[in-house]
Amino acid sequence: MNNLRNQKLHIVNLGLELFSRELKKQNTDVIQVDWKPPVAVDPAFLRKISEHNDEIEAANKKVMEIIQAGKPVLQGLDIARKVIPGMHKNLILHSGPPITWERMCGPMRGAIIGALIYEGFADSAEEAEKIANSGKIEYAPCHEHDAVGPMAGIISPSMPVFIIENETYGNMAYCTQNEGLGKVLRYGAYHPEVIERLLWMENTLYPVLDRAIRHLGKIDLKNLISQALHMGDELHNRNRAGTSLLLRQLGPAILRTTESGSADDSDDNQNLENAAQVLEFINGNDHFFLNLSMPAAKAILDAASGIEKSSIVTVMARNGTDFGIRLAGTGNKWHTGAALIPDALFFPGYTKEDANPDIGDSTITETAGLGGFAIAAAFAIVQFVGGSAADALRYTNLMYEITAAESENFQIPALDFRGTPLGIDIRKVIEKNITPFLDTGVAHKNPGVGQVGAGVLEAPIEPFIRAMEDFAAGL
Amino acid sequence: MAIANVVITNRYLDSVKLMQISRMIREKEGVIDAVAIVATTENKSILQATGMLLEEFKNASASDICLAVKADTEDMAEKILKEAKEWLEKGLPGTGKKKEMTAQPRSLESALKALPEANLVLISLAGKYAAAEARKALESNRHVMLFSDNVSIEDEKQLKEYAVANNLLMMGPDCGTAIVNGVALAFANSVRRGKIGIVSAAGTGLQEVSSGIHNLGGGISQGFGTGGRDGKKEIGGLMLCFCLEYLIEDPETEVIVLISKIPSQEVIEKLLVFIQKTEKPVVVNFLNDFTLPRIENLYESDTLSETAKKACQLANSGSSLSDYSAAEENDKEKKFPDRFLSSKAKGNRKYLRGLYSGGTLCYESQNIFYKKAGKHAYSNTPLNDNAKLPDIWKSLENTIIDLGSDEFTVGRPHPMIDYSLRLKKLEEEGSDPETAVILLDVVLGYGSHPEPQKELAPLFRKITVESEIVIVCSLIGTDSDPQNRRMVRRELEESGAVVFTTNTEAAEYAAGLIGKLGR
Repeated sequence: MNNLRNQKLHIVNLGLELFSRELKKQNTDVIQVDWKPPVAVDPAFLRKISEHNDEIEAANKKVMEIIQAGKPVLQGLDIARKVIPGMHKNLILHSGPPITWERMCGPMRGAIIGALIYEGFADSAEEAEKIANSGKIEYAPCHEHDAVGPMAGIISPSMPVFIIENETYGNMAYCTQNEGLGKVLRYGAYHPEVIERLLWMENTLYPVLDRAIRHLGKIDLKNLISQALHMGDELHNRNRAGTSLLLRQLGPAILRTTESGSADDSDDNQNLENAAQVLEFINGNDHFFLNLSMPAAKAILDAASGIEKSSIVTVMARNGTDFGIRLAGTGNKWHTGAALIPDALFFPGYTKEDANPDIGDSTITETAGLGGFAIAAAFAIVQFVGGSAADALRYTNLMYEITAAESENFQIPALDFRGTPLGIDIRKVIEKNITPFLDTGVAHKNPGVGQVGAGVLEAPIEPFIRAMEDFAAGL
Repeated sequence: MAIANVVITNRYLDSVKLMQISRMIREKEGVIDAVAIVATTENKSILQATGMLLEEFKNASASDICLAVKADTEDMAEKILKEAKEWLEKGLPGTGKKKEMTAQPRSLESALKALPEANLVLISLAGKYAAAEARKALESNRHVMLFSDNVSIEDEKQLKEYAVANNLLMMGPDCGTAIVNGVALAFANSVRRGKIGIVSAAGTGLQEVSSGIHNLGGGISQGFGTGGRDGKKEIGGLMLCFCLEYLIEDPETEVIVLISKIPSQEVIEKLLVFIQKTEKPVVVNFLNDFTLPRIENLYESDTLSETAKKACQLANSGSSLSDYSAAEENDKEKKFPDRFLSSKAKGNRKYLRGLYSGGTLCYESQNIFYKKAGKHAYSNTPLNDNAKLPDIWKSLENTIIDLGSDEFTVGRPHPMIDYSLRLKKLEEEGSDPETAVILLDVVLGYGSHPEPQKELAPLFRKITVESEIVIVCSLIGTDSDPQNRRMVRRELEESGAVVFTTNTEAAEYAAGLIGKLGR
């Protein structure tokens, strides 16, 4: 006990707060732990995990090295059918874990109806619904095809997608272009204006952007994300800075790649008009960068998938019915539980009654240490978390409890440029009974309506319990 | 139903802020719907879809804010609209208050990150979680005081073995009191630092002896607790031996006090080996009659007050004890009250009822009662199995119970903090026509009730006015404790109680009273 003799006592108090108060009265340094009982799980699993502690730690270290070293760059765009592995003309990709048409929520069905109309498979919603349910159309999670999609996350064969490469490891990730707010496909709307916008995105936005990006060679997304965090984005519910930074790079490139000198002046004029429309569209859509922050996060995390014995989460995704996660150590297996309804701020005329349970692959941002985990970077949207900057700081601080590391690249100015909490370790989630804190948009529960609000929520615990059980069983 | 609306021109507010204001308006009673929104084209189409696109809003521009309240009555709509307008202009109520920015640590792990210099972890979680946290603390090389009970004896053994192997303190489980490097942990008294080191398997025993030493002018180097089971065969005295060895080697400690219920034979032998190896005097109190082999530096003592005195005497070799005890009032002089002696004639009141919060004190009182009265008092924690109360809630003849033991503390705080159960029992015993003497402890110090006299005095007054019952009180603590010991004593005495500053004396006095009745 040499380390006690002549030492001043510094005490950690777990339990009765009275004891902390009494120690403070004696001018003794004491820190009170806000302790919660761990999640009630079969102790046999915990024992097994604890027996393999050294191997798990080693695997997690490797996973964190891979995640820290990831370098996502935007290479350009192409049509989904041509680039997404396994994509074919009758396949529709959706957000979250696998799900059948019968169990799909309203907004996801609505988005599929819209996609079938867009693809020319149907002329009306009724017809589309029939086809959707006929067995002719296959469904699969975006995540199983190297892709991610916000909200309903629908990717149909003809949609243009961004192509992101993790330059360090060579793996790819894909995501559609963001449609903006209001009545949009990803929130389950399929009105004619939604389809028209999708067609404009395919015929105008896609070629203009693709030319500009390829002209630039590539766009370093890791760098843009790091900058955006310093400018008040958390890259999930706020992408205003990211979008602006992207636009600064794209602007000159779009101008330089706008064709001119055509035989017919009206062609030139049309090309200029298209370029202007594209710039306007991006400028008018603060969420445009979300569809790049998401696949960037996906590309970073996918490189760590399949590292055996690692308890780090590589995917969190919801399909509006189920909330699913994947671990580096359990590879492609989904661990699921019911998706919850977010605590949100609603648009005029809507209430929680209208809200669909949580939906979308966008929680890939939290999985990569952004979004809710980086909420302390985004004071402009602290209304979502209770209205004060202090709340935002507290939420980010809390996430350090369940993560394996701090990002070496993504930093939060308000925390003295501390790296964001990175690498959710399910062992910590279970032990501390703290689930990831997520930002989210809220879709109307019925197909065809669209977005009704935005807010935050805590991930449900069930998927983490299932993951822990499967993980332990596989050790 | 009525709609009130206004367009606020040229005003910028974040859309999220506006959503929050909308929500706050909608939460008001009588409001059917409400909007606060920037009049962009997209937003106007949202309003259209929800039937809130009023005529007035159609011409508003993207730099305007549309505000509308749909309510049960026109008055209400106008009134709430006015309020909402104020929120828009002056900000939401309740914002701007300073809030805590850092989350309190949610785990031992993050607490240790926040306070890396931490060297002791105090754990008072529910028993089923406590062992796991204690293990983590030990594994991170921190000393542990485990206040929690309901920890299995297997866990206790494992924890203590690990601690001893790694040169760490593992005080507890069920360790209520410790004084380490001058800091009072959990339930402990404010005592001066000095040359007497204590290791105790009995929590309130440590409180009484350390307070007694302080009150006699002495001081404490360390007061280690081990938890009550340490002396059992299963644990093998791991912490008793560990702490004893520490005190033997500790240059600040000149006299050692060892308190425990009689340990197992093997443990006694281990302890004796340590005692034989040192020249420091060791005062041993096994809380019962027990004869130890003759060792030059070993002093036996079977009451807590005697233990404190002997330790002080030894620490102050040369000067006489009376120099010390001058500081304390001489309690022995107390006479039995006249009214009590006269009530003897009534014959019915003949029993002692002890209502304890401290387990060791309760045990000591049973012992003293047995010696004086020649028979056992009934108890929930009896000296002898034959004296076990059949129903712990019902007193039987002479009864001395420990209200701090598990069966009484399920779902309620410890009786040193929360007096409600004791007050209930006190009232019960006070109205029992067979009660002659009520004996209870009032334990002061850190962790204990800040003003116990406020709880007890009214009931003491009532009982002593309405009956011939004598209330005998042992007041354990020091003048440095956070409570004001002198004031507590005065108020208890003024309310009719006979107050002693050691439990030994209080118990002897109470047993003496019962003895008088028997004659």
